[in-house]
Amino acid sequence: MLTEVRRGVLFTLVTMILLGLGYHVVLWGIGRVLFPAQAEGSLLRRSDGSVIGSRLVAQSFTRPEYFHPRPSAVDYNAASTGGSNYGPSNPDHLKAVKGRLAAVTALEGVAPEQVPSEMVTASGGGLDPQIPKAAADLQAGRVARARGVPIGRVQDLIRSHTEAPAFGFLGRAGVNVLELNLALDASLGTASAGSR
Amino acid sequence: MGLEYAAVVFTILFTIATSLPLGRYMARVFKGERSFLDPFLGPIERLVLRLSAVDPAESQDWKQYGRSLLVSNVFMWLATFAVVTLQKWLPLNPDAIANMEPTLAFNAISSFTTNTNLQHYSGETELSYLSQMIAITFLQFVTAATGVAACIAVIRGLGGNRLKQLGNFYVDLTRATVRVFLPLALLVGTLLISQGSPMTFEGAVKANTLEGQAQTIARGVVAPEVAIKQLGTNGGGYFGPNSTHPYENPTPISNFVETWSITIVPTAMVWTLGYMVGRRRLAVMVFVTMLAIYLPMVAFGVTQEAGGNPAIAAMGVDQSTGSMEGKEVRFGAALSALWGVTTTVTSNGSVNSMHDSWTPLGGLMPLVGMWLNNIFGGVGVGFINMLIFIIVAVFVAGMMIGRTPEFLGKKVEAREMKLASLALLWHPLSILVGTAIAAHVWSTTADPGTSLAWLKNPGPHGFSEMLYEFTSATANNGSGFEGLGDNTPFWNIGTGLAMLLGRYIPILAPLALVAALAAKPAAPETAGSLRAESATFGFTLWAVIVILGLLMFLPVAVLGPIAEHLALS
Repeated sequence: MLTEVRRGVLFTLVTMILLGLGYHVVLWGIGRVLFPAQAEGSLLRRSDGSVIGSRLVAQSFTRPEYFHPRPSAVDYNAASTGGSNYGPSNPDHLKAVKGRLAAVTALEGVAPEQVPSEMVTASGGGLDPQIPKAAADLQAGRVARARGVPIGRVQDLIRSHTEAPAFGFLGRAGVNVLELNLALDASLGTASAGSR
Repeated sequence: MGLEYAAVVFTILFTIATSLPLGRYMARVFKGERSFLDPFLGPIERLVLRLSAVDPAESQDWKQYGRSLLVSNVFMWLATFAVVTLQKWLPLNPDAIANMEPTLAFNAISSFTTNTNLQHYSGETELSYLSQMIAITFLQFVTAATGVAACIAVIRGLGGNRLKQLGNFYVDLTRATVRVFLPLALLVGTLLISQGSPMTFEGAVKANTLEGQAQTIARGVVAPEVAIKQLGTNGGGYFGPNSTHPYENPTPISNFVETWSITIVPTAMVWTLGYMVGRRRLAVMVFVTMLAIYLPMVAFGVTQEAGGNPAIAAMGVDQSTGSMEGKEVRFGAALSALWGVTTTVTSNGSVNSMHDSWTPLGGLMPLVGMWLNNIFGGVGVGFINMLIFIIVAVFVAGMMIGRTPEFLGKKVEAREMKLASLALLWHPLSILVGTAIAAHVWSTTADPGTSLAWLKNPGPHGFSEMLYEFTSATANNGSGFEGLGDNTPFWNIGTGLAMLLGRYIPILAPLALVAALAAKPAAPETAGSLRAESATFGFTLWAVIVILGLLMFLPVAVLGPIAEHLALS
C-alpha cells in the first residue's frame, strides 16, 4: 500500500507540473511567436493605444448611427457571460422576444416578417460578435438616415464586411458588427460628425 | 440550410476517416510498439515514469490495476481540491479571485476527477489562472487518460487468457497522457490560438467602447484548456457559457476542429480494440452499430433545431434559420445541433449552444445520448459501457438460440451477468432516483420558486432541468440545462455523489467481469457458436441497446420534453 500511495502522490505532482505548467508554457510560446494578436484576445485599439474592444466580443450599440448587435442576456458583460437559458415555451422568454420585436419593428420601420430571428433572440454566450447579413441590411436605411449619407454607401460597406462561410460551406455567413461600425466611422466620418 | 447540412455531413465523414489512423496509432502505443513520435515523446514518458517511481515491467491483475486507478484518482482529487480552495493565496491570480467555497469545490473537483466537468461555477469569476491550469486542465488530461487506461485493460482482458496480464496502470496512464492526448492537444491548441482563442497570462482587459462605455473583457489561458476539454471528453469550459463564448470558439473553423475533437478519440478507440484483440470485423460491427444509433439522432436533432420555435413563428418572425435562442450566428442551427448530439453521446458535455433553449424534442436528443452513454461514449469508458451491452446482447441471443452464451470463445455465466447488471442498472437507478428526490423536495417545499429558486423555467421544462442535471452527472457528461440554479448544497452534494458513483462503478465492475472471462478456458469456435462479428448480432445489439437502454427512461421523457412539445405545438 505504501508503494501505491507513493506512486499516486509522485505521479500527481509530476504530471501537474508537466501538464499544468509545461504544456501551457509551450502553447504560450507558440502564441507569442506565431499569433501574437490572437493570443492576447484580438483587441482593437485606437491610435492612442486605448482598447476599443475585441473583434470577437460584442459590445453594446444603441445609437441610431451604428449597427446594433444581437440581444444579449447578460447585457454584453464580457466579465460574466451567459445565455438566457429560457426554455422555448417559457412565457417570460416569449414576452422578451415580443418586446424586442416591437422595439426593432418600431426603430427600423418594418413588419415583423422582415425581422431576422437572430435580432429577437439572445445568443448563448451573450457576446455574439456577428449578425446575419439580412440583419445588417435591415438596419442600413436607419444608419444612412442618421448619418445623412446615401444608403448605397452603407450597403457597400455591409457587402464588403460580410464574411462568407469558411471554405464556402463551414458555418454561416455573417457581418462583424464592431468592425462594420469602425468602417462606418472611418469612411463616412466619425459618429459625432453625423447628424444627430 | 443546404450548406449547413453539407457541413454536418462533411464533419462526420472527416471524423470517421481520421479515426482509423488514430485507432491504429493508439493500438501501437498500448502494445508498446515503435511509432513516429518516439524521438519526442519517448523521453517524456520515461521521465514521468522514473520520477513517479513506477516499475514499467510490473504487470497487474484486475484488483491491483483497479486499486492503482482509485488511489491515483484520490490523490489527484486531494491535490486539486487544495489548489482551488487556496487559490486566493497562490500565484497567477491577476483578477483577484477568492477561494472556492467548500461544497462548491467538492462538486467541482469531483466533477473534474470523474471526467464529468459539470460546472456549478463560472470560470471567469471563480477560478484563478493557476487553478485553471494545474487543477482543471491537469485533471482534464489525466482523467481522460484514466478512462483510456481502464479501457485498454478491459481490451487486454478480452484478448487474453491469463489473470496477471491486464498490464500496468501507471504505464497505460502515462502513455495515454503523453503519447495520445499531449500531441493532439498541442495541435488543436495551436489551431485554436490561430483562430482567436486567447493564451495570455495578462488579466481582464478594460475597454472603452465605440459608444464610450466601459467594458471589462475576461480572457486568460483559454486555448490550452479548450483543446483538452474537447479531446478528453471532459467538456468543462474556461468560461461559463463554454464554447458558445467567442474566445472559446471564435470561428466556424475552430468549431469544426472542436467538433472533430469531441469524437476523434472515442471513435478511434473502437478501431484500437479491433487491432489489439486481432478482430477487426468485431470493431466494424461495433462501429456500425454505434453509427446506426448516432446518425438518426443527429438527423432528428438537426431537423428539430432547424425547424425553429413555433411560438416565435406565431409572432410572424421568420424561422427559416432555425431556433436561434442560445445559438451563435457563426455556427447556425444545424452545426449547433450536430455538436449537441455529439457532445452528449460521447459524455463530453461541452456546448456551442444553450441546450436549455433548444426545442423540446431537439432537447430530448442530448438526454437520449446520455441515457445510452455508450455511442462512442467517453474516452475509454464509452467502449466499456458498450461492452456491458454486448455481454447482455450475447446473453439474450444465447437464450434465443438455446445455447450457453459465449463471447469471443468464453462462456458468459451468472457471475458475469451479475457484474454486467450492476453496471447496467446503476445508471438508470441513479438518474431516476436522483430526479425523483429533487422533484419531491421541490413539490413539497412551500413556495419553492423563492425558497429554493432552482428552476428558471415553469411546467414540464422545469422538470426537464432537474432530470437533465442528474442524467448529466450520472453519465459523467457535464452539460446542463443551465437555467437550473445548481450552486446550492443539495445540488452540489447530490450530483457530486452521482458523479463519483457513476464513474467508478461502471469502470470497476467491467474490469472484474473481463477478469472473470479471462480466467476461463477458451472454447473452440464451432458452426454453432454465436458470431459476434455478424450483422445479425449487430442488429441484436442495436435492438438491445435501444430497448433496454431507453425503455426505462420513457416515463420521464413523457413527463418532461414530450409534454412540453405537445403543449407548444
